[in-house]
Amino acid sequence: MVQKGQWVEIHSIILKPFERAPQVPEDTGKVPLEMRVKGFLLHDAEIGETAEIKTLAGRKVRGRLIRENPEHGHDFGKPVRELLEIGPKLRALLKEGEARD
Amino acid sequence: MTRDNSYQAVMARKNQIMKQAVGIDYSKYETGKVAFEYERMMEETGYTLEEIMEIQAQTGVGNTPLLELKNLTRLVRKLSPPGYGAKVYIKDEACNPSGSFKARRAAVSVYHAEKMGYKGVIAATSGNYGAAVASQAAMRGLKCIVVQEVFDSKGKGQPEIVEKGRKCEAYGAEVVQLTVGPELFYVFLRLLEETGYFNCSLYTPFAIAGIETLGYEIARQVKEREGRPPTAVVITHAGGGNLTGTARGLLKAGCPETKIIGASVNLEGLHMASDRDFNRKSFTTGHTGFGVPFATWPDRADVPRNAARPLRYMDRYVTVTQGDVFFMTEALAQLEGLERGPAGNTSLAAAFAIAREMKEDEILVVQETEYTGAGKHPTAQLTFAREQGVEVRTGDPADDKPGVRIIIPEHPGMIRVKDFDLNRLRRSYIKNCIENFKAERLEEADLKFLAEDTGTDIEFVKSVLEGE
Repeated sequence: MVQKGQWVEIHSIILKPFERAPQVPEDTGKVPLEMRVKGFLLHDAEIGETAEIKTLAGRKVRGRLIRENPEHGHDFGKPVRELLEIGPKLRALLKEGEARD
Repeated sequence: MTRDNSYQAVMARKNQIMKQAVGIDYSKYETGKVAFEYERMMEETGYTLEEIMEIQAQTGVGNTPLLELKNLTRLVRKLSPPGYGAKVYIKDEACNPSGSFKARRAAVSVYHAEKMGYKGVIAATSGNYGAAVASQAAMRGLKCIVVQEVFDSKGKGQPEIVEKGRKCEAYGAEVVQLTVGPELFYVFLRLLEETGYFNCSLYTPFAIAGIETLGYEIARQVKEREGRPPTAVVITHAGGGNLTGTARGLLKAGCPETKIIGASVNLEGLHMASDRDFNRKSFTTGHTGFGVPFATWPDRADVPRNAARPLRYMDRYVTVTQGDVFFMTEALAQLEGLERGPAGNTSLAAAFAIAREMKEDEILVVQETEYTGAGKHPTAQLTFAREQGVEVRTGDPADDKPGVRIIIPEHPGMIRVKDFDLNRLRRSYIKNCIENFKAERLEEADLKFLAEDTGTDIEFVKSVLEGE
């Protein structure tokens, strides 16, 4: 059970595949348009249940409760060797000859 | 009374919703079948350059440093024939409150919203503009909602956009995150209708006028340092506002000779509304997926008449590859000590190649930088690209294939720009005008307008029309 007042994320389907804009490409037309919004839970609810939240702008929005205390999972990724080689290469190039400086 | 909120019904109410949410009666400026009074619209609905400087100063926007890229200039000259290799400057727009030049646009829009008595602002954007609007709204005490296209149908979020969403939240904005599709606009319209908030469109006269200070400052700073105006300014081109506003600012500062060069990342072959292609691109803005359609049909925007009209000002349009931009982002950090971008460095990558074609005594300005961070960093983007099955390797950028292969140049001399045929863009703009306005016979005012709007003359417009 997620307690009232918790920071949560909800999910809803805005448009089903057959309701989508006529100009969408074929692959996009086969899937629904989905929405996720975060806010403070207005009542106790289980994950997967319909719930109502209050967003940071103060709007009340209903949807399926999907995450409690949703974290931002993005990071800096892995080191990229192809990028690591650039700095030393450029410094060496600048040193080379010094002919026209 | 319950409103019909189906896609078709909401789209049919588009003009009425927009009129309330922007407060401009665009019909006042229509003068022909396709023509409208662009300059009069900019004057009457916008603010003067002096007023904008004052508005931006209120929230600490603008007056960013212009930095000489000494080591990159040396590198350019090493790779150029004797006597060639322009001096390169960069305008460090990452120093704006929200970390990008977009603060300039947002400053004026949010000021205007407050003045007109709106309780809040809404922006539909997956880019830095959301953070800019959220930051300005925080300063002026307005509520803010940002609508973003973030995920594909598997729920996988583009890291750069996920980061921008986080930043909007950090400024106290509500972030509405959507899966791929043009119906973002439909959700946006519903939110405007539900809340009565101001539409912080990227394309109103306020938003474009806000960028004029950027061009104006570049002119002033270069003249102070060099005693003459810049030879050329390279501008990352997506929706057209950045280029339009900067060019107008340079003109207002008395620099009609300065060449305006637009630069985009080449994403040819990827469909911008495709669920599959969405996460196969490493750039979410500054690319040809916006640059070409917005140049050839600016009025596709979320307002009836787009104040961003890039073909009026563009002297040259070039593309670079994703790998070129990642390379230059690394070069900027390693040689100049500036960790910025990556998307904003599209113009830097183009400038690096263009500077080699220019004479040593010429001055080239890279018009912006943007903040970087988790998700927005080249390592984050390239890690994500690999996870999506995109090959990343060192080699010749000529082998680049958007969505399939990202090539990090083996040598800086391999970074080249590809020129986009401007006349092709102009012709296709004129044809789009005729088609979209269903204008069969054009009046004199229309011909004059099309000539101005394409930066050509009536003869050129007539030759396109006769070629139909």
